[in-house]
Amino acid sequence: MITVKEVKRSLLVSLWFVFLTFPLMVIKVNPYERTVSWRWSNMVYVAIGTFVISLLAKAWFVRKERRMARQQDSCHARIPIIQRILQRPGYRYPLAAFLLGAVLAFPHLFSTYQANIMTTALMYIVLGLGLNIVVGVAGLLDLGYVAFYAVGAYSYALLNLHFGLGFWTVLPVGGLLAALFGVLLGFPVLRLRGDYLAIVTLGFGEIIRLILENWNAFSKGPSGISNIPRPGFFGLEMSLDQAMIYMYYLMIGLLLVTIFVVNRLQDSRLGRAWLALREDEIACQAMGIDKTRTKLIAFSLGAFWAGLIGVIFAAKTTFVNPASFTFMESAIILSIVVLGGMGSIVGVILGALILVLLPEYLRALSEYRMLAFGAILVAMMIFKPEGLIANVRRIYCYQGRKSNTALKNDE
Amino acid sequence: MMNKSILVVSGLTMDFGGIRALDRLDLDVGPKEIVALIGPNGAGKTTFFNCLTGIYLPSDGDIRLVSPQTGRGSRLNGLKPNKITKKGVARTFQNIRLFSQMTVLENVMIGRHCRTSSLIMGAILRTRKTRKEEQETIDKSYDILEKVGLSEQANEFASSLSYGAQRRLEIGRALATEPFLLLLDEPAAGMNPQETADLVTLILQIRDEGHAILLIEHDMKLVMTLSDRIFVMDYGKKIAQGTPAEIRVNRAVIKAYLGEDVGPDNA
Ligand SMILES: Nc1ncnc2c1ncn2[C@@H]1O[C@H](COP(=O)(O)OP(=O)(O)OP(=O)(O)O)[C@@H](O)[C@H]1O
Ligand SMILES: [Mg+2]
Repeated sequence: MITVKEVKRSLLVSLWFVFLTFPLMVIKVNPYERTVSWRWSNMVYVAIGTFVISLLAKAWFVRKERRMARQQDSCHARIPIIQRILQRPGYRYPLAAFLLGAVLAFPHLFSTYQANIMTTALMYIVLGLGLNIVVGVAGLLDLGYVAFYAVGAYSYALLNLHFGLGFWTVLPVGGLLAALFGVLLGFPVLRLRGDYLAIVTLGFGEIIRLILENWNAFSKGPSGISNIPRPGFFGLEMSLDQAMIYMYYLMIGLLLVTIFVVNRLQDSRLGRAWLALREDEIACQAMGIDKTRTKLIAFSLGAFWAGLIGVIFAAKTTFVNPASFTFMESAIILSIVVLGGMGSIVGVILGALILVLLPEYLRALSEYRMLAFGAILVAMMIFKPEGLIANVRRIYCYQGRKSNTALKNDE
Repeated sequence: MMNKSILVVSGLTMDFGGIRALDRLDLDVGPKEIVALIGPNGAGKTTFFNCLTGIYLPSDGDIRLVSPQTGRGSRLNGLKPNKITKKGVARTFQNIRLFSQMTVLENVMIGRHCRTSSLIMGAILRTRKTRKEEQETIDKSYDILEKVGLSEQANEFASSLSYGAQRRLEIGRALATEPFLLLLDEPAAGMNPQETADLVTLILQIRDEGHAILLIEHDMKLVMTLSDRIFVMDYGKKIAQGTPAEIRVNRAVIKAYLGEDVGPDNA
């Protein structure tokens, strides 16, 4: 299975790594005692470690290639294990029941701190599902998604500050305002393609942040707006802990609604048009699809969810300032979509959980946290570039019979 | 024939910078007619289709379409491609442009897009109207797949089809838009003799169902057997037009093709 050539290659890789990491891993300079210690054992670890990893990776690729070759013979695509489980009704409902139970019990089983982290993860799932419509399904690379998130957050902060509007009033308003921004930006910009669209949306995201930072009279600048009220529950007084748990359940509710809506959208005339648009714009237009309109709907729907989560974010932290809406946020949400597998709802959920919870629980690794994060993303792109959940299409059932359809046409 | 044509193109000109790809081209298609457009490589045939379907904006000239149902005429220049499709002109592509990550059936369902109307609210609430429309889309698409002989592969990815099957799927997808004029850009390219024979049967069947067909093709045998009339172009200009019998003996045509591979190039 592994040839001499590959062993040689792995040796070369390990030598190269030893060379690269030599100054870092082997030489240790102590500036106080003015001594240099040579940690040769580290060099051995690096050499053996990289050699083994490189061999394993090679073996993995060989296996994958062979599997692909086998797949070419059988015409049906291999369905990944997670999907096979999800598709079998016998597993599906117990699994769903278990998940729902676990999710509902979560804040009571663990600390409020944990519930709080989970709420953040849930927010990113919804953001991911929103961006998934734009990037994953419709194929519009939007790097300024955070701008719509900011619009939502600031609409709650400002409407509350100036007009005293409550959370539940502003929630839909924030979403709609963000969607409106989506339309306003999308109209001129969506005729651009690929990289150009990415750059313009990136610029838009930064512009919104810079406006919030510099227009003091409007947004109170970098110091932000504080004392934003948490969401109320029929005027009930809540302690901080209770408010956190309430927030958690609120997010669960919103997530369920989002999954329901996104699922139905994807599996509809509109959803198919988005997918087709992602694949081939010219063929799409030739099939009678209004390119601009269809893109605009995707873009503003995505913005709508960002707006909703923006409002929730403002309510959760009770404080907004422009620093929360940097490009890094857009990048994380985009990674969630890409990691999960473009266009897949389950994929986005997994992607968000991994990308939000992992850094949180990797805190122990402190400064290596971002390094590990990066390594995981790179490994992902190498080993599973199609994302965690691959594209599976629905099977439609023919219901009319030949004679029936003929009759129907006559009606 | 002129006065009841469904497509009348006059003086169509297309410039790409210095290159004149179409030079004052005139062409017409009657109802239920099979018209072939032939010419050497680079003559401008595909460019002509692109102008007709709104992908290119012609530099000059006039494209008029007359609906055989309503008898109403309209000018196509400057319309967006999707508007033109909605008016009843559909096409296939020379370099196949299927949605490869969607199933065969879904490809055809996309063609139904311009004849259906449900939008966001319909999709979310799944109203009775939407469900009925969806089922109709599915059923009609299956019927079309049956017609082009792909119903067995309905739920496979379009990319898994053979070359000839992909060409037939392109035709099916175009038919789903309910066109009265169908534009086929080299439908037999890359097909083996058996597939080409099936294609001839299919095209005749489509014509008999009431569609007019304008066809670009290099396979001369196919062109001569199928066409009612043939237009020949070279360097963007029309050099001849007439029935297959007339074209076969036309001097200008023979000259344009001299030294070229006149026979079928089924590589
Ligand atoms: N977008 C474009 N920009 C510049 N030139 C173009 C463009 N499209 C086509 N042309 C030129 O127009 C001419 C006609 O090309 P066209 O593709 O229409 O030929 P064709 O008759 O379809 O040839 P073939 O039989 O090889 O398909 C060619 O010289 C081509 O280079
Ligand atoms: Mg061509």
